[in-house]
Amino acid sequence: MRIRALEISVGALILAGLLALVALAINVSGLNLSQKGGGYTVYARFDNIGGLTERAKVSMSGVQIGQVSAIRIDRKRLMAEVEMQIFDDVDYLSIDSSAQILTAGLLGEKYIGITPGFEDDLLANGMTIEDTQSALVLEEIVGKFLFNKVSE
Amino acid sequence: MIQLLQKLGAKSVNRVAAVGRAGQLLSQSLIAKPAPMTMLPLLVRQLYFIGVLSLVIIIVSGLFIGMVLGLQGYTILVDYGSEQAVGQMVALSLVRELAPVVTALLFAGRAGSAVTAEIGLMKATEQLASYEMIGVDPMRRIIAPRLWAGFISMPLLSMIFAIVGIWGGSLVAVDWLGIFSGSFWANMQASVSFSEDVLNGVIKSLVFGFVVIWIAVFQGNDCVPTSEGISQATTRTVVYSSLAILGLDFLLTAMMFGDF
Repeated sequence: MRIRALEISVGALILAGLLALVALAINVSGLNLSQKGGGYTVYARFDNIGGLTERAKVSMSGVQIGQVSAIRIDRKRLMAEVEMQIFDDVDYLSIDSSAQILTAGLLGEKYIGITPGFEDDLLANGMTIEDTQSALVLEEIVGKFLFNKVSE
Repeated sequence: MIQLLQKLGAKSVNRVAAVGRAGQLLSQSLIAKPAPMTMLPLLVRQLYFIGVLSLVIIIVSGLFIGMVLGLQGYTILVDYGSEQAVGQMVALSLVRELAPVVTALLFAGRAGSAVTAEIGLMKATEQLASYEMIGVDPMRRIIAPRLWAGFISMPLLSMIFAIVGIWGGSLVAVDWLGIFSGSFWANMQASVSFSEDVLNGVIKSLVFGFVVIWIAVFQGNDCVPTSEGISQATTRTVVYSSLAILGLDFLLTAMMFGDF
């Protein structure tokens, strides 16, 4: 009887540990297997990405439709080139869609907002979004504001 | 001068020899053909003593550390109007850092010292020698189950610590301080990544568990077989494993989150 109680308690410990791992995975880290993998690649060039990082969200109307997979400098044009993975089921972006770098909240993280266009041709794997708007850099805005004040 | 040099040399040789003996102990006890029928009951028994009996201290300290984190995070973050980020702060600091480290420190104090004292006393009362006399390898029968039990139970305890701590944090932040529970959990889920944060925490706790139980078993097996020797060995277990945990934690953190 004593041995049995001991074994039951050990089983409970292992079960509790594994349950804790599952809870950490699902409840705390929000692990979502269905969203992983796939997606097609779209590029966009910006003058200034201002603190955008890899794995940042790409969203349309506030709904996530992909994520940033790589950021580099385009050596020919000397602009930042952002590579995005758009989910496969988002197959309705026209080629004149525009991309903006936005900020979540006043000091929050940077993300890319896509505004859909009106053309019938759709964005496909490897294409580039031509119409872009760079991140707002606080120092530039303050600088412009001061400049305007002085010239008044 | 020569004597000083000799002392230094003898000390170094002793230290290196101890490391060698520890490695020998590890290989002798772990590398053997598996015998599940005899080993499993012994392992379950050790899992009970090392794992289950440590559960109370782990749960209680996890709960209080989570609650303190929630409270401290709230008082700091509320100044910036971003008190919703408490969830993410509590979860990240627990999963990445506090759960493995604090669990390992408690584990060293609670289970490691007990293992050292037990094995040391077995050695002092010549139980280990009598096992050998009747043809039972004490490495296999005494040492190996304890090593495995420590290795298995430490990550389990660390995960329980993390989940209880996060629950404690939510208790303070959501139920007491009135942060909206949706933003508490959503912020947490947005910032904690399973493969980067949770799995790295598990890896940390595996490493710590291995080191702590190894040190404990070795110190017990290597102690001077007197009552004084056992007390010294127990002290050394706690001191060495705490230092090893904190040093290794820096190393592991630098490797995992240091971006190189």
